[in-house]
Amino acid sequence: MDTALTSLTETPTCAESALLLDLYRQMLLIRRFEERCNALFLQGRIPSTLHLYIGQEAVAVGVCSALGPEDYITSTHRPHGHALAKGVNPGAIMAELYAKATGCCKAKGGSMHVGDMEVGMPPAIAIVGAGAPIAVGAALSAKMRRSGQIVVCFFGEGGANEGAVHEAMNMAAIWRLPVLFVCENNLYGASTPVSQVVAVKDIADRAAAYGMPGRVVDGNDVLAVREAASEAAARARRGEGPTLIECKTYRLCGHSRSDACNYRSREEEAEWRAKDPLLRLQQTLRDEPFRVDTAALDRIEAEVTAVIDDAVAFAETSPNPAAEDTLKHVFWEDR
Amino acid sequence: MPQMTIAEALREGIREEMRRDPTVFCLGEDIGVEGGFGGAFTVTLGLSEEFGHERILDTPISETGIAGVAIGAAMTGMRPIADVQYGDFLFCMMDQLANQAAKMCYMSGGTVKVPLVMRAPVGSTRRGAQHAQSLEAFFTHIPGLKVLAPSTAYDAKGLLKSAVRDDNPVLLFEHKLLYGSKGGRAEKGALSPVGEVPEEEYLVPIGKGAIRREGRDVTLVGKLLTVYRALGAAETLAQEGIEAEVIDPRTLVPLDKELILNSVRKTGRLVVVEEDNRTNGWAAEIAAMVAEEAFFWLDAPIRRVSAPDTPPPFAPVMEEFYVPSEQRVIEAAKSLF
Repeated sequence: MDTALTSLTETPTCAESALLLDLYRQMLLIRRFEERCNALFLQGRIPSTLHLYIGQEAVAVGVCSALGPEDYITSTHRPHGHALAKGVNPGAIMAELYAKATGCCKAKGGSMHVGDMEVGMPPAIAIVGAGAPIAVGAALSAKMRRSGQIVVCFFGEGGANEGAVHEAMNMAAIWRLPVLFVCENNLYGASTPVSQVVAVKDIADRAAAYGMPGRVVDGNDVLAVREAASEAAARARRGEGPTLIECKTYRLCGHSRSDACNYRSREEEAEWRAKDPLLRLQQTLRDEPFRVDTAALDRIEAEVTAVIDDAVAFAETSPNPAAEDTLKHVFWEDR
Repeated sequence: MPQMTIAEALREGIREEMRRDPTVFCLGEDIGVEGGFGGAFTVTLGLSEEFGHERILDTPISETGIAGVAIGAAMTGMRPIADVQYGDFLFCMMDQLANQAAKMCYMSGGTVKVPLVMRAPVGSTRRGAQHAQSLEAFFTHIPGLKVLAPSTAYDAKGLLKSAVRDDNPVLLFEHKLLYGSKGGRAEKGALSPVGEVPEEEYLVPIGKGAIRREGRDVTLVGKLLTVYRALGAAETLAQEGIEAEVIDPRTLVPLDKELILNSVRKTGRLVVVEEDNRTNGWAAEIAAMVAEEAFFWLDAPIRRVSAPDTPPPFAPVMEEFYVPSEQRVIEAAKSLF
């Protein structure tokens, strides 16, 4: 993105308005994509489990808006939002969920491993916390190759308790590597509340123990996320090392398929629905000084619907892989 | 032709590959610290003087991190050579090796490669149970990993260079009693084979085994240290009129099956010798492969000579009982006649 907007100004320029609308379009794409996935799953079109990103869209979009296409991210078992925000083709993601030969991983990955190295996203890593040292390795590589690339490691508050994350943060800090550790604290690791598994109020506090800055951000405010990520990205690009950003957010859906969320209260859910990051950004756009009208928002809705319709059509009409394709891709030469 | 130990040959192989390709670098614990060890068995000794500390990268004691960093670097254009001080520490990084490195090419649909080398010393050397295990077999069971086990200086250099150039994750197992490490890092009871290593460029292809001794009566298959136990046994057997053929697969994955099968078709008898413990092990796999593919050439049952199903013991008397001896190989071979 070519504009530096990270917070609202009184008199927005055209570029700033366009940026905000683009962030909205991306967040809406993730929301509607995930809703469609859920419907398709319930219809039996998607043969997979699903970990949906509904409610956390501001994190992926805000962070990735601070990155260039050449930068890398590592993702988790809940990767669709990261993939869309990093620029993986929606049709290739949907085809992967459908287990079609045209999927972004040729049907070898599935929902939990979507990615596309061409846009800087290796297959999402579904072992909790395991992406962190890999992100650090990519950052070491960027530093050694003097490529100027930076790396974002997405993980959850659950992943924060994995040993791999600890080792990775320490290594990134001692070698001053260009990494953004982005902790999406959605308050529950599957059904377990964060208060049962973390003794400190903020996971970002742990940054001090590694000798890196730590920040707590409202993860449902896309501009706040973008601002924090941009600052950390600039620091990383200056060669000053990693940053830990904790985004406080909430899953507005179940952990995975058939999760009735009986481990949390309906009141808590209602509180967080009122903080829905998509509706908040929509309100910002409607308010002064942007005053985007309903017709403009409807146009974005229609654009997003068309993208998803195309993605589903692509997935529906794509061929299945052959059973014997099982034997391909074990080694690089078996392609 | 220069004579080298395995440690020296590995060092030369690393040096040549690092000179040839600027994306090759080493990372590990205590590998380049001034006044340090040059790795637990001196393989990287002195390399930081030529290549600097960015390319001979000392790490914290963080095995999971070492593996993950190597994977991330390999996925993004580098060719890391990582090492662990003792093979047993590979268990610390098992998720990174088994779930990440091994599966990345597969689950990306063949779009992401992980060209890394992980070097690991194995073998019982009077250090007790956690610095002693021969755990090559574990890694042969993980699709997506190549597994190498050189037993000579020539092969160590040639296979290391092939491993660096391979586009897959490669585990290179090295035996502590074969390194020939010197000075304070020398091993008691080491064989330290010294061998000819050409000065000119050469590679040993991954997936090709070697016949270490020709014979017509019985096939002995070993790897790393047990190649030498088999060779020693073959000398004794020859004095009793039994000519043993000794096969060193050199590469465990991919395995040179035809070399073993052809030998068994010639001799009709097979003994597999391993320092790994017995159950569900590497020798069991070789035996099953031969039973499936060369059963009608066999004149006798297949024998395995393995370590017992115990952790590696400490006391020298127990360690000698644990590690397959020449005598056990001789007895196993003679039982087939």
